[in-house]
Amino acid sequence: MLAKRIIPCLDVRDGKVTKGIKFLANVDVGDPVAMARYYYEQGADEIVFYDITASNERRGIMLEVVSAVAKDIFIPFSVGGGLRTLEDMRAVLLAGAEKVSIDSGAVRNPDIITQGSKAFGAQCIVLSMQVKFTGKRAEIPSGYEVVIDGGRKPTGLDAIAWSRDGERRGAGELCINSIDRDGTKEGYDLEITRAISEAVSIPVIASGGAGEPSHLRDAFTKGAADAAIVASIVHYGEHPIPDLKRYLRGCGIEVRDAITLEERAA
Amino acid sequence: MIAIVDYKAGNLTSVARALQHLGHRCEITDRPETVRAAERVILPGVGAAGATMENLRALGLDQCLREDVAKKGTPFLGICIGIQVLLDHSDEDGGVDCLGIVHGRVVKFPNSIDGRLLKVPQIGWNRVHQERAHPIFAGVPDNTHVYFVNSYYPATDDKSAVIGTSDYGVPFTAAIACDNVVATQFHLEKSGAAGLRMLDNFCRMKF
Repeated sequence: MLAKRIIPCLDVRDGKVTKGIKFLANVDVGDPVAMARYYYEQGADEIVFYDITASNERRGIMLEVVSAVAKDIFIPFSVGGGLRTLEDMRAVLLAGAEKVSIDSGAVRNPDIITQGSKAFGAQCIVLSMQVKFTGKRAEIPSGYEVVIDGGRKPTGLDAIAWSRDGERRGAGELCINSIDRDGTKEGYDLEITRAISEAVSIPVIASGGAGEPSHLRDAFTKGAADAAIVASIVHYGEHPIPDLKRYLRGCGIEVRDAITLEERAA
Repeated sequence: MIAIVDYKAGNLTSVARALQHLGHRCEITDRPETVRAAERVILPGVGAAGATMENLRALGLDQCLREDVAKKGTPFLGICIGIQVLLDHSDEDGGVDCLGIVHGRVVKFPNSIDGRLLKVPQIGWNRVHQERAHPIFAGVPDNTHVYFVNSYYPATDDKSAVIGTSDYGVPFTAAIACDNVVATQFHLEKSGAAGLRMLDNFCRMKF
């Protein structure tokens, strides 16, 4: 049986992690490579880097980060934020990322999903969407609307319709980020996560709102998610990944046992 | 030197990086003569069977892998699409004849089981059950989680070649071994410490 994945998300600006792990004495909490290594050793199943670099001139720095991370961690990791073109994706994948995550760029130019999927394979393309509850109406039958540009701009797209469209266009996974829950620590939006998970046949990643271990349990059970993004719940040390996994295992949820093996010198 | 076979698909660099991390010298190559001269050969990658076979043929690598590598005893490791093209035939891309080094065909996961939707491709960590002891598994506990990304799996007729199995709603072959040929459906280079150990085991294995 496939394990449910726990995916820490690191926000990176100009090559530095903006929300660091505050409790660690020996790790440079601003260093994305050190942070990735830390989560890798803690048993993260995957890692997401989100590039929030404001200026285009400094985006190249992210590629150096990706390349350094790829030398050091041997689980899948994805990169999102500011990817607009096939060339943007290619650069990130060549630098060593396993997947790219596209968001606002895909709403503005949906063809990029198909182009990326054809060029690199569907498994490389994560369609990420920010969703907001705006109430049921004719053009938004689910009540959840896709928003872009940090949640400021409505798109008129229904979250379920956009998910189905993304799958049809070639996305390999969907990441559903609830703007209403993001940063609240009140738990994932289970309703839209489940509705989308049942509407598509590709994996769905829940994002936004995790504050307690039970929120992850609910995402995987009531929310029918295949994976869950975690940020502040792990960044501030209250609930380290091994504790989260122990809790989930106790709830009867299949999670990966991270094993440590001594590395042998060649 | 370990040759990583380049057939113009993805994921070659991640295998190279993992080998470098382990301290093994490797070279990414699309030249049959370099592959022939290598001490060990790895066929990695993600991709579709049709394009993979087409590219291998165009580069003369199909013949090279079948006759010069598999038959002559060079240690060979196939990963992901690299396990699938070892079989006689794949159902992917409308049906593709493959290398025929291991007997059987590559089939797709069903979209549903007993009315329950099965998400295809399988993306994530699943357990690999060691059907029998094999040096590739040295130091790796039975039923360890490893990372899979696949819509198809190798359904081999040669049961004695099956060394690892997994279960994604349906039981499927996850690793095979036959003399000097070893292959895994899962990504050794993305499977954490367990994957690195198996990759290292292959690099040290005596046949």
